[in-house]
Amino acid sequence: MLQIRNLHARAGDKEILRGIDLDLKAGEVHAIMGPNGSGKSTLANVLAGRESVEVTKGQVLYLGRDLLAMPPEERAWEGLFLAFQYPVEIPGVSTLYLLKAGLNAIRKHRGLPEVDAIEFLALIKEKMKLVDIDQSFLSRAVNEGFSGGEKKRNEVLQMAVLDPKLAILDETDSGLDIDALRVVANGVNGLRSKERSMLVITHYQRLLNYVVPDRVHVLYNGRIVRSGDKDLALALEKKGYAWIEQEARGMAAGAPPSA
Amino acid sequence: MASSSTKTIQDLTQRDYKYGFVTDIEAETVPRGLNEDIIRAISEKKGEPEFMLEWRLKAYRNWLTMKEPTWANVHYPPIDYQNIIYYSAPKVKKQVGSLDEVDPELLKTYEKLGIPLGEQQRLAGVAVDAVFDSVSVATTFKEKLKELGIIFCSFSEAVLEHPDLVRQYLGSVVPYNDNFFAALNSAVFSDGSFAYIPKGVRCPMELSTYFRINAADTGQFERTLIVADEGAYVSYLEGCTAPMRDTNQLHAAVVELVALKNATVKYSTVQNWYPGDKQGKGGIFNFVTKRGKCLGENSKITWTQVETGSAITWKYPSCILQGDNSIGEFYSVAVANNYQQADTGTKMIHIGRNTRSTIISKGISAGHGQNTYRGMVKILKGARGARNYSQCDSLLMSSTCGAHTFPYIEVKNSTARLEHEASTSKIGEDQLFYCRQRGIKPEDAVNMIVSGFCKEVFRELPMEFAVEAQKLLGVSLEGSVG
Repeated sequence: MLQIRNLHARAGDKEILRGIDLDLKAGEVHAIMGPNGSGKSTLANVLAGRESVEVTKGQVLYLGRDLLAMPPEERAWEGLFLAFQYPVEIPGVSTLYLLKAGLNAIRKHRGLPEVDAIEFLALIKEKMKLVDIDQSFLSRAVNEGFSGGEKKRNEVLQMAVLDPKLAILDETDSGLDIDALRVVANGVNGLRSKERSMLVITHYQRLLNYVVPDRVHVLYNGRIVRSGDKDLALALEKKGYAWIEQEARGMAAGAPPSA
Repeated sequence: MASSSTKTIQDLTQRDYKYGFVTDIEAETVPRGLNEDIIRAISEKKGEPEFMLEWRLKAYRNWLTMKEPTWANVHYPPIDYQNIIYYSAPKVKKQVGSLDEVDPELLKTYEKLGIPLGEQQRLAGVAVDAVFDSVSVATTFKEKLKELGIIFCSFSEAVLEHPDLVRQYLGSVVPYNDNFFAALNSAVFSDGSFAYIPKGVRCPMELSTYFRINAADTGQFERTLIVADEGAYVSYLEGCTAPMRDTNQLHAAVVELVALKNATVKYSTVQNWYPGDKQGKGGIFNFVTKRGKCLGENSKITWTQVETGSAITWKYPSCILQGDNSIGEFYSVAVANNYQQADTGTKMIHIGRNTRSTIISKGISAGHGQNTYRGMVKILKGARGARNYSQCDSLLMSSTCGAHTFPYIEVKNSTARLEHEASTSKIGEDQLFYCRQRGIKPEDAVNMIVSGFCKEVFRELPMEFAVEAQKLLGVSLEGSVG
């Protein structure tokens, strides 16, 4: 599904990713954890194609294709979805309208007929059950005046509607109380399948109690410094990131980067 | 990679003006320049009664004493008023009774513009009084309107057929000496539209006029007068496109609306005249005086405008709220792209008691465009309980454009309530990226964001017009994020 090789990227003058390697197979859920500023969101943005982040080195293959060569919308057409950490507000544009336009663009790319308003409404109502969203939600402008929890649920709803092959969830758990977290996690679990891969980016372990990952990677200072199974997340929760920091410093002193 | 969105944006904003072509029709014109003889010649060509000529001459003499206004936030080279041809009409052999008699060249032009003149418009339910250059060439639906006692015809025809109505209302809202451009228009106006809706009649269809400037170097001086008698209702649409030109063309129109007791007039405009090229060369100078008077109690006038064209727009559709409980509304989207300059807004003059007004202005600036909102809310002494709500939002799409807001408020009655809200935002890379991540192409995404921004205005437009306006907005500035 996704192969990341020696990925370097910077925003402005600052080098943020310093050689990421990652393999994500179809149906797998990987968690990316790390302290603030470790490059988690930058990784998500690079994969989705945000232009303010510049890739300086490395390669990303997505379904065997060069992901970095595609504009953001093409990545979406090919089934890549990013649940944003900070979803933007778009005044005057309803969620319904945005999503229908997105879905139809994706369907068009795949040679499928466009869905009309009635079909779309039926589809979205079905998906709304997944995240327990009120129907009035659809006619409201995208994220405008939404609470933090509503914004995150809206992201999961959009994921459900667009039915991606690779979903990247950028701190979808941040700012949620325990009930909202459960709703969001249930939504995400409902979307797990053999065909769909997920990259779950999170600062805290608590989401991983609900969405149990196949692998956990710890990102520190732009590199993956440790990978393991779900127990790694638990260990991290117990020992804190200081443990990783110490270890990483030791590693950097002992062994120069392979690239 | 970082520049790919910028590039798309440039491609899109530098799209050529879609409606640039010139129709080859022999035009009958008067010599260049302006003097009393020219005015007499115009009046004579049109076979006008004496009162009309007198009015024109009065206006002309007044104009000579007036100075071109300089207070607007627009810049342009001096206009040589003696180098303008003030009258131009397509040569027609005889009076046009039906579409079959209309010059096929003309009809082709309309087709290119996508104006459904002829059978299609019957289906669309739109009566079009098409102004080609200065003379109306075809008026449809007249018969149907006639049954209801509605008069909808060219201004020239109204002067001949309904002189009493014209005499009563012409200049009653915008006097011949109102301002420099209105005075000029009053002196030389060539044609325009006239509508009268009798007492208690609800006009069953949208009345519509398409203006089109065609002959080279011909100033356009349209005159429109709409009168809704007691309890009447009318919705009027005005839409414009113009062929591509190298020299600047002056357009100084006057629109007067009158609403008597319990009457409602809705006036909607989509203006898409040639804005000039990417370097700011050419384009229409659009200096328009539009004003409505809510003469009777409970009357209502609504202006809705989508201004995407013209090199310079100078335009303030206003309402004089004279009748008690009368309502004035102004909904505006103004776009300034490339080197366009727009100075537009409204005046709401509250005279009667409990008069209410609403102003929603959406200014969009892109490229090097300069967009100015200029509005006045005036509450006179007798306007007890007057209320106004104003909202002015500006959207910036590049780092080289500008947005300016000049709200003037004058209140002479302490019971009045006024609210003013204003915002300025820049189309964000964040918004654009969000839409693209959902699979929406950048040009569609910008369209969507801008349409969202303008939604409150678009929903005031009649349905088919709203669709056209939205498309137009897309053509004028999709993706101008810089």
